[in-house]
Amino acid sequence: MVLVLALGDLHIPHRAPDLPAKFKSMLVPGKIQHIICTGNLCIKEVHDYLKSLCPDLHVTRGEYDEDTRYPETKTLTIGQFKLGLCHGHQIIPWGDLDSLAMLQRQLDVDILVTGHTHQFKAYKHEGGVVINPGSATGAYSSITYDVNPSFVLMDIDSLRVVVYVYELIDGEVKVDKIDFKKTATANASQ
Amino acid sequence: MVPDAGAEDEEKWLAEGIAGLQHNAFYMHRSLDSNNLRDALKFSAQMLSELRTSRLSPHKYYELYMRAFDELRKLEMFFREETKRGSFSVIDLYELVQHAGNILPRLYLLCTVGSVYIKSKEAPAKDVLKDLVEMCRGIQHPVRGLFLRSYLSQISRDKLPDIGSEYEGDADTVVDAVEFVLQNFTEMNKLWVRMQHQGPIREKEKREKERSELRDLVGKNLHVLSQLEGVDLDMYKETVLPRILEQVVNCKDDIAQHYLMDCIIQVFPDEYHLQTLETLLSAFPQLQPTVDIKTVLSQLMDRLSNYAASSAEVLPEFLQVEAFAKLSSAIGKVIEAQVDMPIVGAITLYVSLLTFTLRVHPDRLDYVDQVLGACVKKLSGKAKLEDSKATKQIVALLSAPLEKYNDIVTALKLSNYPRVMDHLDNGTNKVMAVVIIQSIMKNSTCISTADKVEALFELIKGLIKDMDGTPDDELDEEDFKEEQNSVARLIHMLYNDDPEEMLKIICTVRKHILLGGPKRLPFTVPPLVFSSLKLVRRLQGQDGDVIGEEVPATPKKIFQILHQTIEALSLVPSPELALRLYLQCAEAANDCDLEPVAYEFFTQAFILYEEEVADSKAQVTAIHLIIGTLQRMNIFGVENRDTLTHKATGYSAKLLKKPDQCRAVYACSHLFWVDDQDGIKDGERVLLCLKRALRIANAAQQMANVTRGSSGSVTLFIEILNKYLYFFEKGNPQITSSVIQGLIELINTEMQSDNTTSDPSADAFFASTLRYIQFQKQKGGAMGEKYEPIKIN
Repeated sequence: MVLVLALGDLHIPHRAPDLPAKFKSMLVPGKIQHIICTGNLCIKEVHDYLKSLCPDLHVTRGEYDEDTRYPETKTLTIGQFKLGLCHGHQIIPWGDLDSLAMLQRQLDVDILVTGHTHQFKAYKHEGGVVINPGSATGAYSSITYDVNPSFVLMDIDSLRVVVYVYELIDGEVKVDKIDFKKTATANASQ
Repeated sequence: MVPDAGAEDEEKWLAEGIAGLQHNAFYMHRSLDSNNLRDALKFSAQMLSELRTSRLSPHKYYELYMRAFDELRKLEMFFREETKRGSFSVIDLYELVQHAGNILPRLYLLCTVGSVYIKSKEAPAKDVLKDLVEMCRGIQHPVRGLFLRSYLSQISRDKLPDIGSEYEGDADTVVDAVEFVLQNFTEMNKLWVRMQHQGPIREKEKREKERSELRDLVGKNLHVLSQLEGVDLDMYKETVLPRILEQVVNCKDDIAQHYLMDCIIQVFPDEYHLQTLETLLSAFPQLQPTVDIKTVLSQLMDRLSNYAASSAEVLPEFLQVEAFAKLSSAIGKVIEAQVDMPIVGAITLYVSLLTFTLRVHPDRLDYVDQVLGACVKKLSGKAKLEDSKATKQIVALLSAPLEKYNDIVTALKLSNYPRVMDHLDNGTNKVMAVVIIQSIMKNSTCISTADKVEALFELIKGLIKDMDGTPDDELDEEDFKEEQNSVARLIHMLYNDDPEEMLKIICTVRKHILLGGPKRLPFTVPPLVFSSLKLVRRLQGQDGDVIGEEVPATPKKIFQILHQTIEALSLVPSPELALRLYLQCAEAANDCDLEPVAYEFFTQAFILYEEEVADSKAQVTAIHLIIGTLQRMNIFGVENRDTLTHKATGYSAKLLKKPDQCRAVYACSHLFWVDDQDGIKDGERVLLCLKRALRIANAAQQMANVTRGSSGSVTLFIEILNKYLYFFEKGNPQITSSVIQGLIELINTEMQSDNTTSDPSADAFFASTLRYIQFQKQKGGAMGEKYEPIKIN
């Protein structure tokens, strides 16, 4: 069992002062094995904070990131799953599932994690999953109105991944769970 | 006191003294055992003669005194038992001991018999006490006199005619007890002060050390007074305190004044202090200018603060006696009187007063401001503080209200707060500003009016603009970034639900941050822009124009402000950030149905792209943002839209690297096909884009062939194939299954060509694309049917 924290579009300090206190108290060091961040942190302080939660931090570049060294896309393998990471502003139309599916084919990954729209989404798609963890700070977005802060925890266990979505709605943290099993065919075709 | 007495000599003298004392004590004991009163008196007088020495320091003298004291206890016991048995009368004994030859032994013996005399109750205690305390005047040598009187104090302690004491009677009252102790105290203090003026000047330091060793002998009297049952508040107020203070003030000795004031504060109850505050405080300005008043006064205020905190019931007392006004005016007088008091001393006093105020009168902000105002007055005329200790005290002064109220909004009401901050050096001023911001963030305080925002920016102006006299090179880059980021975070805390007020807040913030200069704008403009865009979004839902009256908070007006603000940022220059913000505004204007405004923002973004964004990597990101934003715009008329899409595709085709060109161009295809109800669906121009992308991909391949001798990856072709599939599925009539079939074959051929460098990721991409086609074919229904003609083997 491996816990992967997926989050992005914090936009600190451009659009939000900080992560919600309720999230901060949930995110404690030592529980999470990997962090994947889609980008737009935007400053080093936030990078350092994430690094303090878990040293295995993977970040792709958002258009507001101060650090220009983050790659545009990144892939990594966790357990039986191949994960792809990309901020998403490069994928036009923004947030379009069919276009994201093309990126998923290009990166040849089981799980694609992207951001940019600030709206939590998780689709099962052609035997793969496309996840958008939303904005961890609930930052303003030109694309999505009334953004709630959200992030995603993925519990990866051999061929199974459980995606937990944490969303802060009116000051309360709401948790949703999505189960995803890698099918034998998808596995065989790798 | 003997000058230049070596430690060795002193040891010798002490040893001699002890030996003499023990020798005579031995004979005294023998005489006591044989009931020989006359010899006992003789030897005890000889024993006590050892205390006549002038050669010992107070410390050593004390050792000798203690031995004599023990012996006298035994003698006293003998007297008591023998008088009780009737061997002789205590009155006779009182006369008899006065025959001793030397005055010092005589007085010690007299005190000893006096103790027995009082206990026998053959005479009123007050008469004996008065007699003894008068007689002790006979010793005017400071050390000897102090110890003798200390002895008197010691033996009389349990014999004072206090209320409830067995020695209280019709004639003997607590007034006599108080009178006795006060007199002894006064005499002892005089002796103690006189020490200072004896001996050579060069030994001043040594003398002061010796004096401090003796101070508790004097202070003991005050302790005795505080223990008297009969010293109630009235007695303390009417007699005890005035008499003590009279002595303290009149002795004009700084060591005595400091010690005794401190002693008064320590030994008497807080309640008494509170009720006699005026009397007590009136003494302070009369003290010698060299007395460390601030420590003593701070001590008093600390005690009173703690007293106030101990129980809510005592608070009305504080109000009743107007403690704050009294303390405040006393501090003012002390600072005025002590011209030489260092600035840190004055500020320390204000810190104590502020602590007192916050504890006792948390609701009286005017008091807090008054304290700060007094501090400003003291500091006026001095530009910046350079004394680090004073600076520390100022920081303590400014931090106290923040900690107490946990709410900056309260501190913002203090008009003198920023004026105190002005006296901090630039570095500390910034630190304080950061502390203020942290306090806001920690408590999630919302600053909700423009007035308060104005006051807040006055407080943190050290972070907002360059202050005079800070050379740029002194700034640490990291620190600067951190400071500015904290300002950026702060901007999100300035908020009001009412759009009118929110607009005022935005204008206030804008006014201040525009003073920040080119280094600060990249940090402060983005949060202001997004804060404003949030307001726009709140307003966009509301009904259209209000006719007639001028309504200040309209999206249009906010967009004007945003335009000017982002322009300032672009002049920094910070073109990439400004371009992003213009695009954000364009999209917000789109949502507000403001076509000309949106067009203007796009124009500005394009100008920046053309003139300022030079880095090829930055161009790639910028062009994607331009295309992505433009794709979402739905208010443009045909003409405006054509102009903008034409420009965007033009930029795309002019990117430096062929692959970047190719990707940007195929992304442009989405500008002509918007997948919503009444979106544009121009299949022909989509196809033109994709064909153009293919040509560029070809060119890229050829270029790779020429430069590296092998073809580049076929990835671009597979990407384009995927775009074809996308529009094929969307029903673009220009994209037919045969076009797709042709493209698949082209890729197959390319991949099998010897020239092509093998690329596993391209292989995987192609494989997954084919798998996708297969998946769609098998889906059945309309989609399966559509895919049916495409063969993938």
